[in-house]
Amino acid sequence: MKLKTITAIAAALFATTAIADEDAELVINGDLEIVTKTAAPAHLSDALDEIMSGWRFRSDGTQAMQMDDFDNPGMAAVDGAAEAWATVEGEKGKSCASCHGDVAESMVGVRAVYPKWNEKAGEVRTLAMQINDCRENQMGAKAYGYTSGDMAAMEALLSVQSRGMPVNVAIDGPVAATWEKGKELYYTRFGQLDLSCANCHEDNYGNMIRADHLSQGQINGFPAYRLKNTKLNTVHDRFKGCVRDTRAETFKPGGAEFIALELYVASRGNGLSVEGPSVRN
Amino acid sequence: MADGVKPRVKAPKKAAVGEVVTIKCLISHSMESGQRKDKDGNKIPRSIINRFTCEFNGNSVIDVVMEPAISTNPYFQFDATVPEAGEFKFTWYDDDGSVYEDSKKVAIG
Amino acid sequence: MDFSRRDTLALGLGAAALTMLPFRVNAAADDAIAAFTGGASVEDGGIDLGAPEIAENGNTVPIDVSAPGATAILLLAAGNPTPGVATYNFGELAGAQSASTRIRLAGTQDVVAIAKMSDGSFKRAAKTVKVTIGGCGG
Repeated sequence: MKLKTITAIAAALFATTAIADEDAELVINGDLEIVTKTAAPAHLSDALDEIMSGWRFRSDGTQAMQMDDFDNPGMAAVDGAAEAWATVEGEKGKSCASCHGDVAESMVGVRAVYPKWNEKAGEVRTLAMQINDCRENQMGAKAYGYTSGDMAAMEALLSVQSRGMPVNVAIDGPVAATWEKGKELYYTRFGQLDLSCANCHEDNYGNMIRADHLSQGQINGFPAYRLKNTKLNTVHDRFKGCVRDTRAETFKPGGAEFIALELYVASRGNGLSVEGPSVRN
Repeated sequence: MADGVKPRVKAPKKAAVGEVVTIKCLISHSMESGQRKDKDGNKIPRSIINRFTCEFNGNSVIDVVMEPAISTNPYFQFDATVPEAGEFKFTWYDDDGSVYEDSKKVAIG
Repeated sequence: MDFSRRDTLALGLGAAALTMLPFRVNAAADDAIAAFTGGASVEDGGIDLGAPEIAENGNTVPIDVSAPGATAILLLAAGNPTPGVATYNFGELAGAQSASTRIRLAGTQDVVAIAKMSDGSFKRAAKTVKVTIGGCGG
């Protein structure tokens, strides 16, 4: 058989298999509409026309798991974090609730604008950095591990309060320098495999890399409950894995590189809805 | 008792007499299968939830024998008939002898 | 550990023999079925088994099964190290003889469901689920 014929047959076979339903819409609990596809933000329009949430690239069964909060295994951690929110911890005898009251009121819209500039501290802060700042300085409690289960659960709790709202991180003003650094990292090739984020997630989303169906690498759905490790995963954890998979010495979660990268990658999703906790491969 | 084991159940608060309702149950549990090995190559012993039951007013809805092939954070969805007002009782039995419980009341309406 | 050439060959042959065993013919799965049916004959049909053609990830595969009129359903993964997955026993207040769950599959294999019907007969359904590995899953 000629190689062309074999490839054509293989392509046809693959096409009929439901790898993902890229036209499906996500509605959570029957009433919360999630934007999973929209026009690319201005700063990205020369590279992409449309941006799409990772949800669109998953199989029917995986997509279904996000449609009901009682099908979503990531929501169990949200329950735990809601308890932690009300639990007094640390030397100052406070809980998150002592200052912030009801999480469903005080935290609306917060996740949607992170990472962002913190004027008082004079730095770009990720959600994890801010959570730990509160814990250490306001509560006198021990910081959560940057990519720990506790941190992922708390990020998930905060994400739920912004669920359905558009991601809207600032890219100008005091964060501009960090954003540029993040953008440079995104397009830099790393590792023995000499791959940049863009090689897969901008040039090849929708294609298969061996057995994985490549998404655009958006982070609007983080923290993500990954089926492969059956737990919530944070953004820096995933970045660490991606860089390691290029066979490079990977960067440290919480370090300057990933903070910059997180700001830039978050801005690539400006317009998509905050979706977390999401369910992914 | 295994750490951090929490049930999470979706059941309706109200039903008509004789209505069939959908129940969704999840419990956070690592379901250590007994197949994994630690860093030194020793098998990590099995430690799973081996049985799940759902009852309504003392009558059985479903009784599931569970094996290590059930994924971490075991999830079940099934249908139940509601003959009268009452309470669903959910019970999970752990290999280590622990028993986890949850319950949901249902009114007729 | 020092392997002689003989040892290495023997190991290699053993591994080859194991991978050549077709997943459909799995003695342990057959034993589990026999224990459930008491040796009675099993017919195809009368039971619906929902499973993805390609699993998103073998660690968490959604499986649903439905057999109207059944008192119990046995779920098996014929290619797992041990084939048992679950046994659903339906009580008098079951709204339907069906249930969904998520299971672990060690590799491409048949998922088998055997329903014990209220009249004492047994029904069977099976689906092949492809489980892939490899990519940049991190």
